[in-house]
Amino acid sequence: MEKVVTFLLDGEVIQGQEGQSIMQAADEAGKYIPRLCAHKDLTPHGSCRICTVLVNGRPQSACTQPIADGILVESETPKVNQLRTDIIDMLFVEGNHFCMFCEKSGSCELQALAYRFGITAPKYPYQFPQRDVDASHPDIFLDRNRCVLCGRCVRASKEVDGKNVFQFVGRGVEKRIAVNSEQGLKGTDAEVMDKAISVCPVGAILKKRVGYAVPVGRRLYDHQPIGTASEEETTE
Amino acid sequence: MSEKVEVVLDQICREVGNDRTRLLDILREVQHRFGGVSGEAVDLIAQRLETPRVEIESVVSFYAFLSEKPNGNVVIRICDDIIDRMHGSETVARAFESELGVQMGQATEDGKISLTHTPCIGMCDQAPAALINDVVVTHLSSDTARTIVAELRENHDPTQLVKELGDGNNAHDLVSSMVQNNIRLRGPVILTDFEPGSALKKALAMSPVEVIRNVKTARLRGRGGAGFPTGMKWEFTRAAKADKRYIICNADEGEPGTFKDRVLLTEYPDLLFEGMTIGGYAIGAKEGIVYLRGEYTYLRKFLESVLERRREEGILGRSVCGVEDFDFDIRIQMGAGAYICGEETALISSCEGLRGDPKNRPPFPAQSGYLGYPSSVNNVETLCCTARIMEHGPGWFSSHGTDRSTGTKLLSISGDCKRPGIYEVSLSTSLREILGLAGAEDAQALQVGGPSGQMVGRQEFDKTICYDDFPTGGSMMVFGPQRNLLEVVHAFLEFFVEESCGYCTPCRVGNVLLKQRIEKILDEKGEPADLQYLEELAQTVKMASRCGLGQTSPNPVLSTLKRFRSEYERRVKPATDGRQPGFDLSEAVAQAVNIVGRESTHS
Ligand SMILES: Cc1cc2nc3c(=O)[nH]c(=O)nc-3n(C[C@H](O)[C@H](O)[C@H](O)COP(=O)(O)O)c2cc1C
Ligand code: SF4
Ligand code: SF4
Ligand code: FES
Ligand code: FES
Repeated sequence: MEKVVTFLLDGEVIQGQEGQSIMQAADEAGKYIPRLCAHKDLTPHGSCRICTVLVNGRPQSACTQPIADGILVESETPKVNQLRTDIIDMLFVEGNHFCMFCEKSGSCELQALAYRFGITAPKYPYQFPQRDVDASHPDIFLDRNRCVLCGRCVRASKEVDGKNVFQFVGRGVEKRIAVNSEQGLKGTDAEVMDKAISVCPVGAILKKRVGYAVPVGRRLYDHQPIGTASEEETTE
Repeated sequence: MSEKVEVVLDQICREVGNDRTRLLDILREVQHRFGGVSGEAVDLIAQRLETPRVEIESVVSFYAFLSEKPNGNVVIRICDDIIDRMHGSETVARAFESELGVQMGQATEDGKISLTHTPCIGMCDQAPAALINDVVVTHLSSDTARTIVAELRENHDPTQLVKELGDGNNAHDLVSSMVQNNIRLRGPVILTDFEPGSALKKALAMSPVEVIRNVKTARLRGRGGAGFPTGMKWEFTRAAKADKRYIICNADEGEPGTFKDRVLLTEYPDLLFEGMTIGGYAIGAKEGIVYLRGEYTYLRKFLESVLERRREEGILGRSVCGVEDFDFDIRIQMGAGAYICGEETALISSCEGLRGDPKNRPPFPAQSGYLGYPSSVNNVETLCCTARIMEHGPGWFSSHGTDRSTGTKLLSISGDCKRPGIYEVSLSTSLREILGLAGAEDAQALQVGGPSGQMVGRQEFDKTICYDDFPTGGSMMVFGPQRNLLEVVHAFLEFFVEESCGYCTPCRVGNVLLKQRIEKILDEKGEPADLQYLEELAQTVKMASRCGLGQTSPNPVLSTLKRFRSEYERRVKPATDGRQPGFDLSEAVAQAVNIVGRESTHS
């Protein structure tokens, strides 16, 4: 039998099972913790740091940190939300995000996070990096300009698709997403129905010929901020 | 596809049993033989190891000493860290450039000699220094740069550049290096005579649990910087259920300004290996790994020979010292140019043949480390201390230093001082005494603990280096009154930007932003609001980063904002006529003109 673990999240008593992460336990209790690299079907990555919470006063990523009896978790506090806002801001200026033309607009998790946190323009200076686009594949488009290095495609390809289409190369600011062929995506065994293709939170991996299919007003985040669904799912 | 490459690669991979976890060894060897790891080589290795090619590419692109593009047969890497810059490394670099007729980052026309920069190579006490392939050259000047190039053009053999051998084991046949130890002060604990086997025999007369208890009683804390109690680390590792365990020595020594492990590896390898063997016995490990930074390759053969001698003497290998059920051996894992690999989980990743990305914690290495087995990662100096504790007893050890900070500490002192080098001092020593020893009484600032540590000013020179005041891994960089401290901060940030693994957002992006804002202030374009911007950004990076690198990289900014605030204040000026000081109207117009592609009608 699973052991029940009890802890406090923003003053509220939460119960979860031993072995769960703070994020999993919070999700089950209908409490949304903002996130980007985490995805419910994939191993946690702990890289974006948007899910940062304070555990007994110490910053930890909620997607990787296991729950423990009696811990005090702070999430929706001004201090923690300021960290998150800054990180989202960093992700915008690090890449080249031209939201107004992007097919993902309205369904993009980065954009939706920015709205949730009230960011209308970044406070950090744009970096305008030089990044490559890979349009070689007949059905899939990879635009590194919009990549936030969350690693979801890497994990989905390995863990769900049983392939190895994506991996990171370079380090530091030079870090980029790469594919398993010198010929680009067309040289890999990537297919349009792969999990790795649909799991990208931003407009970095797109399916060709289906752009702008959902009209403005009916897109995922047009009416409610990101996180609302997971809050509603369990609180109804 | 050339047949030769295929044959050689085949052999290189077979030598490590086509083992994916030994990828770093394979890649280092390929780099060594061919000057680079070409796309063709990546494909071949991928086939041999039955690994996707992008995984191999991923690892190659992580390490500074590996490259896809072929380098020359001779690679000159000039240290461009702050201490070397203060000693004129920029002039030296220019001399190399003009002699070779190339710029930094390029190779000569015949493709034979490449020139590049590298962060601290652990030779700050004999700066400016450079690595030429594996050979260390020190005390460089424009003149020596010219003779070096002339000789290299002649024979392409860097080993010929060593004319005068250094002291001690630097002159050993298997080292043959011009490096000097510069041991300036020997204390009672570490830098004294050692009889190989003496500590080990005493340890083996006890039970492993007793050994751990002794280390705990001595109250030894880690010397790598974090100061975690070593006895507790061993205890946790021993307690983790597993059929194998590992003891790993962290000899990555990457913190700029640190070079004490270099001297221990050169002069006290037996003490270190003995400490590792004792640790192995204590935690129940049969294998130890020394993770040796790529910059110290020149010590490798020598260290291998010491291991071999210890095997012959029966103090390493099967039934160590005749103890039936205690087999223990040590292998050396070479690094390949990455500061982050000094972080213990990144170090483990690197040993496993992966990118040097830190791992998510928990699990901690003591629960699940190298290849998933419980592992204890300990610094070189820490392990040397454990051997001394066995040799002389925990009471003797803790009689040195203070109550909470027992033993002595090795300091690496460099920068604006008369006597740079290694000092073994008590942990109750004040910064002022240290500056006095090194001949740096006029210091304006002392950087304690390297770039990730604290910049300290005169008003706090009476504090000590104990774990409660200014704990340190031992890097002590002295800055004289003539130095521009913001330039120092800038150099430190350049280092962190270069060395961030890039895994997490705050460190990958935040350090770049910090560096850019310091540049703005150094360019006289700063405004008062920039101080708050820096403070807030630094806090975000510190709090939200995933590992110790990002959690400490803002320290240069934070500690100078706290202790040397006037350095900032006198450089910033308030905005005038509604414009930010940094805003250059003509520059902005020029950019727009460039984008639009026609002249402005307003100019
Ligand atoms: C970025 C980074 C670099 C580090 N580099 C080193 C190093 O070069 N040598 C070292 O002993 N510890 C280094 N450490 C500390 C190690 O993570 C670890 O704490 C240490 O090896 C433990 O040994 P100790 O307890 O004996 O000090 C580094 C930590 C960080 C975050
Ligand atoms: S391509 Fe998309 S899924 Fe992959 S790392 Fe970039 S943002 Fe994440
Ligand atoms: S703080 Fe993050 S990006 Fe920086 S070195 Fe650690 S894991 Fe890598
Ligand atoms: S969601 Fe946890 S670090 Fe990205
Ligand atoms: S060797 Fe150049 S700073 Fe250490």
